[in-house]
Amino acid sequence: MPDLNKHQVAIIDYGMGNLFNVQRACASVGLRSVITADKDIILQAGGVILPGVGAFGDAMNNLKKMDLVGAIKDRIGLSKPFLGICLGMQLLLTESEEFGGHKGLDVIKGRVIKFNSIDKAGRKIKVPQVGWNRVFFNKIHPAFQGAPILQNIPDGEYMYFVHSYYAVLDDTSFVLTKTNYEDTEYCSALLKDSICATQFHPEKSGLKGLRVFKNWAQIVSAHSELMKK
Amino acid sequence: MAKNIRIIPRLDIKGPNLVKGIHLEGLRVLGKPEDFARFYYEHGADELIYIDVVASLYNRNSLHNIINKTAQEIFIPLTVGGGLRTIEDIRSVLRAGADKVSLNTAAIKNPNFIYEASRIFGSSTIVITIEVIRQADGKYLAYIDNGREYTGVEVLAWAKRAEELGAGEILLTSVDRDGTGSGYDLELIKTVSDSVAIPVIASGGPGKLEDVKDAIIQGGADAVAIASMLHYHVIKEAEFDSGLFSEGNVEFLKSGRVFTNFKSEPLPLIKKYLIDEGVQCRLYNEQDTYAGPK
Repeated sequence: MPDLNKHQVAIIDYGMGNLFNVQRACASVGLRSVITADKDIILQAGGVILPGVGAFGDAMNNLKKMDLVGAIKDRIGLSKPFLGICLGMQLLLTESEEFGGHKGLDVIKGRVIKFNSIDKAGRKIKVPQVGWNRVFFNKIHPAFQGAPILQNIPDGEYMYFVHSYYAVLDDTSFVLTKTNYEDTEYCSALLKDSICATQFHPEKSGLKGLRVFKNWAQIVSAHSELMKK
Repeated sequence: MAKNIRIIPRLDIKGPNLVKGIHLEGLRVLGKPEDFARFYYEHGADELIYIDVVASLYNRNSLHNIINKTAQEIFIPLTVGGGLRTIEDIRSVLRAGADKVSLNTAAIKNPNFIYEASRIFGSSTIVITIEVIRQADGKYLAYIDNGREYTGVEVLAWAKRAEELGAGEILLTSVDRDGTGSGYDLELIKTVSDSVAIPVIASGGPGKLEDVKDAIIQGGADAVAIASMLHYHVIKEAEFDSGLFSEGNVEFLKSGRVFTNFKSEPLPLIKKYLIDEGVQCRLYNEQDTYAGPK
């Protein structure tokens, strides 16, 4: 049996990108984590992080090949803390238009689409977006104002993004924050029950990014305490 | 709404030391890279670039130590380049704490390396460094081994090819301008930036604030790498004597003889200047209730 006291958080390793810095960010806020593809650990850990950079299709193929699709869906079904980062957010959606279209995990209804390559004035837009951009709270949903994951994050804070595609949710009430890149306003973080996901990289976003991890760490320990009772 | 331009301190590294040369040669030791990195992180750097300037020639264990120390305390993107030849080299640098790698020599010798590396690590992890020397006839050619070795490869064609093969960004370094303080090569930046969809980081030459603005507004750079202007500020005015920085030949460096053609500028002031000039960039707010790792 995996030692859950040792590994509070499972960072899912499915061969997509650099997971070490997600682990370092966890360590810096006192979260003990393990980089793993072990289904038992994924199901039982106090918190699960689905990170990832790269192509949507490759990512889904890897998850299928490693037989992790069911484990991730089962895990989410348990309503325990789950954090998706970047591609790990996009994979939660129904489908992506990347390279001819791919089905996603379909945990959140919606699509992943590409930034336009030209703006309204016919000027070329750099895609991917690489760099810092501002994250604004979705004010239509006042319940999100006090969302624990955003504690001590100022409205309009800068976070670090690297992406060519963005998520369009069918039910916009799950939109936690919005960001504008070259006149496209999109969902830069979502929140649905125990699922939180960010298009930006909190592990690369300085102290404010670490604050997101700190908040999530508190969510994970609060949930674990609750389970003990 | 325009995008935010990134300001990226570039740290050239030789062995355990931060160095700075002219035309990537004639290196002076400035101090410990991890000290400068921490200082820039705390003063609003958007990313950091480490280039091991002699790694193509010697081994690089000390680089891994520096990356490791850096990654424990800074949480902004760190790009590491210099002498990375294999997928395993890339993996070990990422494992040590880099977020992205920059490739030059190995990519020019085997362009397919870009494709392979970007499939494995994602395009966003793969930065292609192009070291450029302008020829007498005005042609821009790419060089390898830190501007030492001629390849005959034409820069614009190479930039487009690198993009097709999966590169996520281009670090465009003018070897002619590097360490001179005479300003970025604006024509070079504009030519490449206009022709590729991926971000271009301008590098080599800034000696004063106007140079940085010109690279962005005239050159169309998506990000700017700055070295001497920032390093000089740290040495001249920052708390270099406070124990925050390791020992170095401080008196000699403070005399400014290494930096004859540079104005020393702190990072927050560069950003403030750019914002006043209409450039959009990330304002850094030091206030935070969470102080970060101890």
